[in-house]
Amino acid sequence: MAKRVAIVGTGQTFHKSHRPDVNGQELINEAVRAALADSGLKMDDIDAVIIGNMDHFEGINYVDCWSVDGSGATMKPIFKITTGGTTGCTIAIGGYHLVASGAFDRVLVIGWEKNSESDTSGAITTAFDPVWDRLVFAGAISGLAAEAQAYMARYGATDKDGARVSVRDRKHALNNPHAQLRKEVTLDEVLASPMLADPIHLLDVCPRTDGACAVIMASEDVAEKICKSPDWIWGTGNRHPYAYLGDADYGRLTSMKRASTEIFKKAGIKEPRKQINVIELYQPYSFAGIIWIEDMGIVEPGKGAEYIGSGATDMGGELPINPSGGVISCNPIGATGLIRCAEAAMQVMGKAEGRQVPDVNFAVSTGFGGCWWTDMVLHGKKKPNY
Amino acid sequence: MAEKEYIVIESGEAAQPFDYAVGMHGSKFFTELRDNKKLMGVRCPKCKMVYIPPRGVCGPCFEEMKDFVEVGPGGVIGTYTILRFAFIDPETGQQKPVPYGYGFIKLDGADTLFQHYIDIVDEKKIKVGARVEAVFADERKGTIRDILYFRVID
Amino acid sequence: MDRAAIIGIGMTKVESRKLDKTFADMAFEAVRKALDDAGMTIADIDNVITTSNDFWDGRTISCMAVGDASGASDKNISCVEGDGTFGAFYGLARTLSGSYGTTLVTGHSKGSQSVSSLITNAAFDPIYNRTLGADMITACAMQSNAYMARTGTTPEQLARVSVKNHGNAMMNENAHLGMKLTVKDVLGSEMIADPLHRLDCSPVSDGCCAIIIADEKRAKKSKKKPVWIKGVGMCADAYFLGDRDLSRSESLVKAARTAYKMAGISDPGKEIDLAEVYDAFSYQELMWLEGLGICADADAGKQLEKGSFDIPGRLPVNASGGLMGGHAVIAAGLYRIAEVVRQIRGEAGAYQAKKADTGLAHGVNGLAGQSHCVWILGKDR
Repeated sequence: MAKRVAIVGTGQTFHKSHRPDVNGQELINEAVRAALADSGLKMDDIDAVIIGNMDHFEGINYVDCWSVDGSGATMKPIFKITTGGTTGCTIAIGGYHLVASGAFDRVLVIGWEKNSESDTSGAITTAFDPVWDRLVFAGAISGLAAEAQAYMARYGATDKDGARVSVRDRKHALNNPHAQLRKEVTLDEVLASPMLADPIHLLDVCPRTDGACAVIMASEDVAEKICKSPDWIWGTGNRHPYAYLGDADYGRLTSMKRASTEIFKKAGIKEPRKQINVIELYQPYSFAGIIWIEDMGIVEPGKGAEYIGSGATDMGGELPINPSGGVISCNPIGATGLIRCAEAAMQVMGKAEGRQVPDVNFAVSTGFGGCWWTDMVLHGKKKPNY
Repeated sequence: MAEKEYIVIESGEAAQPFDYAVGMHGSKFFTELRDNKKLMGVRCPKCKMVYIPPRGVCGPCFEEMKDFVEVGPGGVIGTYTILRFAFIDPETGQQKPVPYGYGFIKLDGADTLFQHYIDIVDEKKIKVGARVEAVFADERKGTIRDILYFRVID
Repeated sequence: MDRAAIIGIGMTKVESRKLDKTFADMAFEAVRKALDDAGMTIADIDNVITTSNDFWDGRTISCMAVGDASGASDKNISCVEGDGTFGAFYGLARTLSGSYGTTLVTGHSKGSQSVSSLITNAAFDPIYNRTLGADMITACAMQSNAYMARTGTTPEQLARVSVKNHGNAMMNENAHLGMKLTVKDVLGSEMIADPLHRLDCSPVSDGCCAIIIADEKRAKKSKKKPVWIKGVGMCADAYFLGDRDLSRSESLVKAARTAYKMAGISDPGKEIDLAEVYDAFSYQELMWLEGLGICADADAGKQLEKGSFDIPGRLPVNASGGLMGGHAVIAAGLYRIAEVVRQIRGEAGAYQAKKADTGLAHGVNGLAGQSHCVWILGKDR
């Protein structure tokens, strides 16, 4: 019989731009030890491990095998899942299925990246088709800028609307000791920062980060023995369409619409804006904070900027988004999606400390990457009724 | 030891060369581009979408595609940006020269967008919906660089 | 755990260089074959797992090339980086999780497009080992020496593996390298890294394999008789070669035990009818057979010489020709699963084993067999 699955522990490094004091395995191990401590488990209790990152940031092939000294997977089952920027959320979905299958009771999920070890934009550029897409593509920023331009042309948004999202996330990061960038900025400062790719300014985008995150998932048979109020996984879903960058509908994130529609339907969520209490959105740049919540069905298409501007997604608002400070404050790419998952779990478990949103019943975490891809997890306080 | 010394091991000139097969569809595109300055898309027999770059399968329909159709060389800017920051070009190992115009071109007759450079001599003219045309290299070798860039036409 | 079965398989021919096919073209071919084999359309597939490796494919996010072509444009999808048996393991978990009734699993690689020694060199630790220039062949050559020194396995016995598997490959229409060889041919071939001659090494090939896994409910509706997944086990050893006893395969022993326990197998040498194991190098077939407990420690070479692992033998091993017959890295383990399915269905033609009720398929990740995945498949539920 398929099992219900809960998150019973999370761990993160204190993410920084450069961690020359540790190698990759040691960085991973910091997060693993933190997650074990959080759950009160020992490595011996872990039945299987899933790890993820993006190969070309560190240039290490067969990372599942290389990492065992850090992950603790020596003489255990381990495999690697990698799907680009979505990796962190993809591996969370992987952990969910491994436990739900009944094969393992306790699974450790690890995402990590040492982005300081290569040129991040250059490495991301190698993610795209070498023959067709690589010549003009310039890392994530160029594609994201093209999305923002298309959205602005379609809905009349301005660069100020984007900047407002950046102001929110950077303020929220002040409450998160794990975030890399913890400095408040004003709208004017965002708009005055150097233009990277029109309409994206330096302060609209995420940094590059060294960091790792680990999450422990457990089956319903053991979850509540490990953790009094675990974070139950209500649904997972994703879409990874397209083979080339030009296949996408610029200005809309179709993958988000499809993945969120599927999950909300399964969980019986009809009014996501009212029923969901907090979102950790994989939002690598500011404009995504407007566009993608429309695709998630939080607000109507074209209404994102107004909703953000109203303060509804700030701490204390109707639906706080990115209490952690989000990706704009911290982006160790292979870990980033899993950090969203861990932060959402902490919100549900009531462990989010200075960034806690009160009374979280449902939380959403997402991953973004690849060719306009979305992965998503729905977290809940109660055990799912299915 | 007053201050810790952290060593970094550099990968040096390590490189991994690849020979990417482009298959039947890519070969058709690049030979037509090289020999006839033509841009070839491929049409799905079911949904009739015209794809560029041409490929073997229509994703949404899961149908095999063999019906080549000429698209462009004119079109409109689907969306764009102007790249203003330098990064290491993985193809050359050197910093990419900036600024440059980066466009997704909706070629006449195609349903997907074609990614290439846009000439930015006059930045004011670069807009979503602006009419553009391909500028071809005089000496063509059967690569994506056989198109130099797209330029805005008034 | 609930039951699941394999209800469709599709293999492209394994070849030295598929110049006419992109990754997407190969995936489309394998997936269509698997769907035809299962009597299904893409609409019957609930979700997709692709298996690929960014280094081998020469791009980050290598899965992007094959998602649409595998029919996943509007489906849930993920990508395992590693051998296809590991991708299939995740596919099995997704099927048993209750989320999906059917899972399509693919694995692809085109060794022809890269320099394989550079790709496997990148699996070595960049701080201590990589600049010494080691690659998969040198790591495995060291393991081969360690194994031979401890067990007394001889170069002739190694060569006999190559003779058997290249010979078997001649009967497999999908194989890349079928050859009629003698032990003398193998021992006379160029020495690549002592003790491995060129013909002790599998080729590096192009190919894509697809399988369809179904839960019990869907399996019962399948066109062909389902091949049931009886047991699966996976385990990784230590990373640094110096941290391991290279002459033994502790992680394989553990992975096999897990799979046997699940399948209710207590005497693998007797209860398993045939095996497809990861023979990237000749010595590996013997070493893995011992790790799998199919024969006693240090006995595989002798059993081989007796003909036990030949197709008419007691327990045919790599009747398809194995990796010696064609080695599309990453896809290789998935090909092993598909070949065992063929045998259990009785569809293996010229290389059909006499008795094929229970079969074992095996895949490897990492250097010198660091991480193993073992599958037990069976005719009966």
